[in-house]
Amino acid sequence: MFRTRQHSVVPGFGLALGYTITYLSLIVLIPLAALVVKGTSQSWAHFADAAFDPRTMAAWRLTFATALIASLINAVFGLIVAWALARYNFPGRRLLDALIDVPFALPTAVSGIALTAIYSQNGWVGRFLEPLGIKAAFSPMGIVIALTFIGLPFIVRSVQPAIEDLDPAVEEAAVLLGATRLQTLRRVILPALQPALVAGFVTAFARALGEYGSVIFISGNMPMKTEIASLLIVTHLEQYDYTGAAAIALLMLVSSFVLLFLVNAGQWLSVRKRQGRMA
Amino acid sequence: MKTTLSILALALLAASSKAAGPQTVHLLNVSYDPTRELYQDVNKAFAADWKKKTGQDVEIEQSHGGSGKQARAVIDGLQADVVTLGLAYDIDAIVDNAHLIDPGWQKRLPDNSTPYTSTIVFLVRKGNPKGIHDWPDIVRKGVSVITANPKTSGGARWSYLAAWGYAWNKYGHNEQKAREFIAALYHNVPVLDSGARGSTTTFAQRGIGDVLLSWENEAYLSLKEFGADNFEIVNPSSSILAEPPVAVVDKVAARHGTSQVAEAYLKYLYTEAGQEIAARNFYRPRLASVREKYKNKFPNIKLFTLGEVAGNWKEVQQKHFADHGLFDQLYKPE
Repeated sequence: MFRTRQHSVVPGFGLALGYTITYLSLIVLIPLAALVVKGTSQSWAHFADAAFDPRTMAAWRLTFATALIASLINAVFGLIVAWALARYNFPGRRLLDALIDVPFALPTAVSGIALTAIYSQNGWVGRFLEPLGIKAAFSPMGIVIALTFIGLPFIVRSVQPAIEDLDPAVEEAAVLLGATRLQTLRRVILPALQPALVAGFVTAFARALGEYGSVIFISGNMPMKTEIASLLIVTHLEQYDYTGAAAIALLMLVSSFVLLFLVNAGQWLSVRKRQGRMA
Repeated sequence: MKTTLSILALALLAASSKAAGPQTVHLLNVSYDPTRELYQDVNKAFAADWKKKTGQDVEIEQSHGGSGKQARAVIDGLQADVVTLGLAYDIDAIVDNAHLIDPGWQKRLPDNSTPYTSTIVFLVRKGNPKGIHDWPDIVRKGVSVITANPKTSGGARWSYLAAWGYAWNKYGHNEQKAREFIAALYHNVPVLDSGARGSTTTFAQRGIGDVLLSWENEAYLSLKEFGADNFEIVNPSSSILAEPPVAVVDKVAARHGTSQVAEAYLKYLYTEAGQEIAARNFYRPRLASVREKYKNKFPNIKLFTLGEVAGNWKEVQQKHFADHGLFDQLYKPE
């Protein structure tokens, strides 16, 4: 880690870098640049009108709040799932492990329709919630359900390898040194998992911010109440208002970027801190 | 033996001419959601007809999606030879944003370039438990109405305008009253799906709402699909004449060398055979003879046109559906 970079024994740095830049440009940079150009090539008044009018503001609040709640839920329960999968051996473990990836693989519209069918007032689960006065589908809660569904694999797949790398001997040592179970969890296990957990949380959060397909079926799409930001992008496009759509998209891009940047900076800091402590 | 041989030879000849057939032309018809079944039938019939007339094979591919989304795809470069969309505004958008179609397109074919029409009707649950018979019934308190968001769905725009037109005529062109009627109507809408098909699912499969505002052809399809013992169609006293238009995408067709066959394809929709297919797929035919034949299928609803109640599409879009338009104002926080 602290060694200065030396020439690799494998040649081809130029080729690999050239390929990387070309590839990233075609797939990521050029489309994003087009978005930035489109988003900024309009008057400030039009930009603000699209990005900050009361209806869009309501959508921003809803989008961020539901994404945050869903990612927090996943951080807790995803961690438990990952722990169970990594630490215990039980019949059907491999099957369960494979199931985690289903939200990755399923077309989001399919998940949205399936979740709506289950949670609407005549669905398998929704019919039991209805008498309790809980409206699951067509409410902000429905959005949280959909976002939790699509976010689960991000947390599990991020945390699971970290748990597998955790040496049980360290826990045993903690216990032998007199730590209680809670102390072992809080002072030994969680700090070791923290970087992976945060990384998983943020990718799930960023993904949830931009999610469209699974949400629009279950949310009900009521203006001011259950309309998410990405639906407003589509709404603007439907009126051939490309610049208005780009304005909202640009803000989403910036917020995702800031998030990812913060997390990477945080990771870097915590790694440095730990290394400092060890040295 | 001889006959078998000659048949074999003929078949071979046909096969070779087919295999050699660079004369097979391809058309791409970019259409909106509910026309899938309609154009499957039309394409088969037209291909046979064209083959008989010119000896040329024609293969027609279809693309379906929300009307506005399809128009955007064509603007962004989808190689459509013809477009058959849900409303004229979407074809105008192709004219304005991509200049692929002659601005005078709507005059090039008869009847505003709309070979078939439809209207907006009500779909209610069996036995009509809420007693819904006409427009005033769906703005009553306690009636839950399902329709899609007119800002994202072409079909929902027709529903909105049907309600608007009813109120406009009923209250003697009093705009304030018409606005109140629309406000009361959308107050009764608990879910705004982004597309018309989504609304149908919400109503028919999720069991939400007392009445669905639906394209007439979609309402009949729903009866066919979800069972006539679950739903019934209620025809309001008056509704809008929905005109889904068709046009050749001039520049694309010219580049493909398909202008002639594309034009013939659209004209085929106006022939007796084409009109029959439209009627069988629950679209109202224009041709009087076919209309007469299917008059039991299409009950007499007083139909007003868009122009009679709201002006042309550009004005309608600006006034009702653009940002801060009448529809947005319905949801403005107090």
